[in-house]
Amino acid sequence: MDFKTALFYIFSAILVIAALRVITARNPVHAVLFLVLAFFNASGIWFLLQAEFLAIALIVVYVGAVMVLFLFVIMMLDINLERLRQGFWNNLWLGGPIAVLMAVEMAAVLSTRSFGLEAMPAPTPATGSNAKALGAAIYTDYVYPFELASIVLLVALIAAVVLNLRQRRDHKQQHPARQIAVKRKDSVRIVSMPAEKE
Amino acid sequence: MNFVMPDLYPASAEIFILLMACVVLLADLFAGKGRRWLAYLLAQLTLVGCFVITVLTRDGQNVTTFSNMFVSDMLADFLKLVLYPAVAVMLVYSREYLAARKLDRGEFYVLVLFATLGMMVMISANHFLSVYLGLELLALSLYALVAIDRDSARATEAAMKYFVLGAMASGLLLYGMSMVYGAVGSLDLFEVGQRVATGGGDRAVLVFGLVFIVSGLAFKLGVVPFHMWIPDVYHGAPTAVTLFIGSAPKLAAFAITLRMLVIGLNGLAEHWQTMLMFLAALSIALGNLAAIAQTNIKRMLAYSAISHMGFMLLGLLSGLTGPEGMLDQTFAALNAYSSAMFYAIAYVLMSLGAFGMVLLLSRAGFEAENIEDFKGLNKRSPWFAAMMMILMFSMAGVPFFVGFFAKFAVLQAVVAAGHVWLAVFAVLFSLIGAFYYLRVVKVMYFDAPTDMAPLEAPPDMRILLSLNGIAVALLGLLPGGVFDYAIFATYGFIAGY
Repeated sequence: MDFKTALFYIFSAILVIAALRVITARNPVHAVLFLVLAFFNASGIWFLLQAEFLAIALIVVYVGAVMVLFLFVIMMLDINLERLRQGFWNNLWLGGPIAVLMAVEMAAVLSTRSFGLEAMPAPTPATGSNAKALGAAIYTDYVYPFELASIVLLVALIAAVVLNLRQRRDHKQQHPARQIAVKRKDSVRIVSMPAEKE
Repeated sequence: MNFVMPDLYPASAEIFILLMACVVLLADLFAGKGRRWLAYLLAQLTLVGCFVITVLTRDGQNVTTFSNMFVSDMLADFLKLVLYPAVAVMLVYSREYLAARKLDRGEFYVLVLFATLGMMVMISANHFLSVYLGLELLALSLYALVAIDRDSARATEAAMKYFVLGAMASGLLLYGMSMVYGAVGSLDLFEVGQRVATGGGDRAVLVFGLVFIVSGLAFKLGVVPFHMWIPDVYHGAPTAVTLFIGSAPKLAAFAITLRMLVIGLNGLAEHWQTMLMFLAALSIALGNLAAIAQTNIKRMLAYSAISHMGFMLLGLLSGLTGPEGMLDQTFAALNAYSSAMFYAIAYVLMSLGAFGMVLLLSRAGFEAENIEDFKGLNKRSPWFAAMMMILMFSMAGVPFFVGFFAKFAVLQAVVAAGHVWLAVFAVLFSLIGAFYYLRVVKVMYFDAPTDMAPLEAPPDMRILLSLNGIAVALLGLLPGGVFDYAIFATYGFIAGY
């Protein structure tokens, strides 16, 4: 067993254990941290395949952005763990057999020859710079889907603003322009009163 | 490495609508609250502009651009020329409704234009990636439109359901596409078609992928057993948005189904024809039976949409395939595909009219949602009662309205393909379905009105709705012109490959 194969087994073993802990951890914050660990190991496997751009993108995008956002959401929502676990034993008689059935079905499909290792040989590792090759493909042959994806993001942005921007009536605001434009007569009233004797 | 600038000319209409959507977005921002009509006017002008551009740039040839991801053929041109008026009519119908509920913000028109762009991309898609991205562009705009009335709990719930189920359907579709890609090593529909037809790729993997693709498409078309979102979304969304969801997107969904199954996976036709047969039969049965139990007209029309989509699938599955999975160019196959296309167009026309009538009866603070709200419409407005009667008769398939002719053409194709029992089954359930359409007519003519408020609709909507009803009646008498166009478009589409 050479060094790369050994590395692969180490990464894979940690990946599988971390993924299992994601669904078994009692505390959601721990689950998120295990997911981060799983992502790191998946990115390690990508490095072994010499797909360095995807490996770094996985860390930057998923670990750096998505999971941090996830952590914020979990901390902000006050999740009642007891209520999440309610009904586990009551629904097990239905959920358990279905889960077993699905696992058996997936195993049956994957163990056929069509999906076996002979039909789908391991890809040859890429040579040269991944980022350069991806960039060349995206900006030439795939420029149309690339532009479409950018429009989809624009629509997502517009939709998020439409659905969330509210002008609140009870909101107190300062208007600097109106503060500057204030005149003496707006704030001071000079009243002439007759002199009075005590 | 040399980069060839893609030919932008065939995609002029798409580029124009994209630019105009951004212009509407900015113009509405600077126009302010007092000038809401500006966004509406610009959106309508954009659709007119697109129509003119598509008429000017069409040449009857199959032109592909953007590395074969975009195709401009007769099918695309024809469906787009039907799409623009459908969206424009929807904007006219919904204007008063939106204004009365303070939903006529500029973003509504921007999202409608982006959704239209998504549909145009789908209609012109020649690559799995463009199919998927067009679909997502349409779906994302629709999710936001359903939820645009933020204070309505029902609309928010509908949007949530639509979003979750829509995301799952997109996942299924993507999974199927990746399986096909794994088997044949290409995403280009034409190349996939070639490789599948010549026996390339592992059959088991291909069929596996096909199952996922058909399930994803069935979700998007809303046919049984993937129909659960349709009644809730149609019911929960503001009626103007229901009108939009229920009309133009059906054309785009038809286009991607035709392109993916007939061009890309024609070599597997024996498999998908059987799958579509089950989907169609179940939809026609469940759609018509469940519609009988509805008291809400939006839900009733939703179940009717399910049965109509089932009927459209009947046309799609009746195209015979030639030997060795090659595309069949015989008249029978052309007839089957063009009958399905004609059905989709006729359904869009009827659906626009029917939801337009629901909008016509609604006013500020009142939603004409229940079938009871149509009580005694004949006493309030005999003319519009007659229009609704035409629309209902046409949906039920009473001769000689356009719905009858569309059903007739589809059934002819089904019989020609040798599925006589399927045709008999479809006719029987159409007869059952006629009950709930005729109930609306009975309520309008024989019940006493409970609400004598005069109809408050602007003249443009009244005129357009009348024209819509008359078109449904006239197209049933003289369907030849549109049907010929559908055959030409299908012929151009198949012969180009």
